[in-house]
Amino acid sequence: MLHIVNKSPFDANGLAGVLRVANKDGAALLLIEDGVYAAVKNGANEAALKASGIPVYVLQPDSDARGLQTRLMDGVSMVDYGGFVDLVAAHSNVQSWL
Amino acid sequence: MSDMDFEEGGAVKKFMFVNRKAPYGTIYALEGLEVVLISAAFDQDVSLAFLDDGVFQLVKGQKTDGVEMKNFSPTYRALEGYDIEKLYVERESLEARGLSEDDLLVDVQVMSAAEMGAMMTEQDVVITF
Repeated sequence: MLHIVNKSPFDANGLAGVLRVANKDGAALLLIEDGVYAAVKNGANEAALKASGIPVYVLQPDSDARGLQTRLMDGVSMVDYGGFVDLVAAHSNVQSWL
Repeated sequence: MSDMDFEEGGAVKKFMFVNRKAPYGTIYALEGLEVVLISAAFDQDVSLAFLDDGVFQLVKGQKTDGVEMKNFSPTYRALEGYDIEKLYVERESLEARGLSEDDLLVDVQVMSAAEMGAMMTEQDVVITF
């Protein structure tokens, strides 16, 4: 399952929901819009993301728009809009944590 | 596709509607419920999941006269009449809000976060409100 988070984890609980509920097998996390703030380097969520074992993808246009080019944690994969589509296609289902 | 994939002219898919918002502060819960009722017309395999503040949608004793909003909580009890009988509630979300199954206005299946995650994984379509 592909989990998509579009809200800042400093303002909403979508990311917390993923980390609590997501079935790790075959899961992936895609951060878009303000959700990209979850992946800031040295941020409050970095350890939990790494510990989850879930691969993390960041939508680069959203990250770039917010000036995070050099401010993201290690271990995340950047994707463009085409990569977003590829991720959706590669998973059996998708949940948007609005 | 084989005949096995069809029932009454269309494929039956597993739809889960995930409710994560409290009932009156935003329009999400009511709109989600409307979509659930619409989905009943399509004879799909529908389930509802309640987590985070979504569990507040099912609390007994909602009384909205004072805020002049429609109390839509009785609708959850009517879902059975539309053959929507799979209501899942995440235990951790309930407990974090000081609630138990006895506080809920409809029969539900309470499950752990991990069980909820497994339930989500097996859906064809997940729609979150």
